[in-house]
Amino acid sequence: MEAIVRLHGLGLDYHSAQGETRAVEEVSFAVYPGELVSLVGPSGCGKSTILSAIAGLLPPSRGRVELAEGIRVGYMLQKDHLLEWRTIFRNACLGLEIAKKLNATTKQEVWALLEKYGLADFAFRKPSELSGGMRQRAALIRTLALKPDVLLLDEPFSALDYQTRLHAADEVTGIIRSEQKTAILVTHDISEAIACSDRVLVLSKRPAVLKNTYPIQLDGAKTPFQARESADFHCYFNQIWKDLDYHE
Amino acid sequence: MNDNTSASQKAYLAALQRQKHWVTFFQWACLGLFLLLWEVCAALGVIDPFLFSSPSRMVRSCVELLSGGELFYHIGITVFETVLGFTLGTILGVGIAILLWWNPFLHRVAQPYLVILNSLPKTALAPIFIVWIGNNMGSILAVAILTSVIVTILNVLNGFLSVDPEKQKLIATFGGTKRQLFFAVILPSAVPDIMNALKINVGLSFVGVMVGEFLVSKAGLGYLITYGSQVFKLDWVMLSVVILALLSAFLYRAILYLEKAVLRWRE
Ligand SMILES: Nc1ncnc2c1ncn2[C@@H]1O[C@H](COP(=O)(O)OP(=O)(O)OP(=O)(O)O)[C@@H](O)[C@H]1O
Ligand SMILES: [Mg+2]
Repeated sequence: MEAIVRLHGLGLDYHSAQGETRAVEEVSFAVYPGELVSLVGPSGCGKSTILSAIAGLLPPSRGRVELAEGIRVGYMLQKDHLLEWRTIFRNACLGLEIAKKLNATTKQEVWALLEKYGLADFAFRKPSELSGGMRQRAALIRTLALKPDVLLLDEPFSALDYQTRLHAADEVTGIIRSEQKTAILVTHDISEAIACSDRVLVLSKRPAVLKNTYPIQLDGAKTPFQARESADFHCYFNQIWKDLDYHE
Repeated sequence: MNDNTSASQKAYLAALQRQKHWVTFFQWACLGLFLLLWEVCAALGVIDPFLFSSPSRMVRSCVELLSGGELFYHIGITVFETVLGFTLGTILGVGIAILLWWNPFLHRVAQPYLVILNSLPKTALAPIFIVWIGNNMGSILAVAILTSVIVTILNVLNGFLSVDPEKQKLIATFGGTKRQLFFAVILPSAVPDIMNALKINVGLSFVGVMVGEFLVSKAGLGYLITYGSQVFKLDWVMLSVVILALLSAFLYRAILYLEKAVLRWRE
């Protein structure tokens, strides 16, 4: 199968008056259509930087990012960044509006998404009236409205409390699967990575290099909730934990 | 309110309402007491009514000035200059703030000038404006605008810059331009700052207009105050000050309504 995203020795440096920061040393991996891949790594190792490079927001300092022909990339940031003065519906339309793709058809599609994911009743409410999990869903719909082929999710659940977080992870993963999207999920929560994805990529501390890859196979588990119950879950957890805890 | 409000909640709301009434009562009582004391002291000769005026003398001169139609003329002039002053000052200030947000290089160049101009008492420039622009309303407007423009630039620019940079990234992920970022995120985020600037500018613009009218000395409440004090018509002076207080309260209210309207529009 043809890879949808492929990194060839990607490296990134930041420059500032204080000096040069090598955020990413050399990372290569490929993501295939329909896959949900997680990136885990210590805090500050360069995970967000890698996503920014894939989204084309940052030019690579070394190596390159290769996207399959005609691919659209959607990016979901850590915070929902819903605009407080807009209703949920108008927030969900923001991406379309900025991309100058807002019309009767796309508006209808946003409605359909809001309905499908239980936000139709809140379409004309302000973000402040929604719970954290609902806000996160609204932010996801804002990204999905642009019909991306690949979704980049940068710790989309980290701002939520533990309970909400488990539900939101379950929901969002369910949405991604049902929309048959490809996704790259950045997280520093090992169990989230294992529960949600098909493959976990472990990064070293900064500057990031790819340390290990774990294809996740949990028998019979269809949702992240079930995955957490599965017998093999802890094996993966312990292995990845050891990878991350490794001191040089 | 719905019908199933509990008894304790009702009692709480009633107490809240009672307290509110008492506050309003004492606010008016303070004013009444002050006016009464003033009137009595003037009548008993504790203070010289010729120098300190008195509420009744103010009412009399108000009627006198109103019947000649002069008072309305002076009030009109002052209101016109003030409203024009803070409106233009705010528009200009927001415009310059946008320019400086758009061009960070320009912002860095302008930074020390803004800081100095901000602490400079702008009214000190009034005599210079009179020389440059002439002894007319133009100079008064120039002072009024200058008093409000710098603080507007600083506050509004600060509002623009305090928007979470991640929101910038969000717009970038949709392929947005700087222009789209500005109109979709930056400007609406800074609406409260702009409205605050407008509120501050009402007061500042009054200061500018007063100083301008003192110097130009042709018309307006400021003129009435200088003229009244020169010919020892302290009744006029006091009356003008009271009218100024009422005007500024009224304008402030008007801004609050405007603010509500703008916040609704933003949605
Ligand atoms: N704009 C920037 N200028 C300079 N250095 C930066 C910049 N952005 C990030 N860095 C540095 O690059 C490194 C990697 O940052 P990045 O945000 O990609 O890490 P991360 O893995 O996403 O971290 P976290 O877990 O905290 O989200 C960090 O050490 C950070 O301090
Ligand atoms: Mg990050």
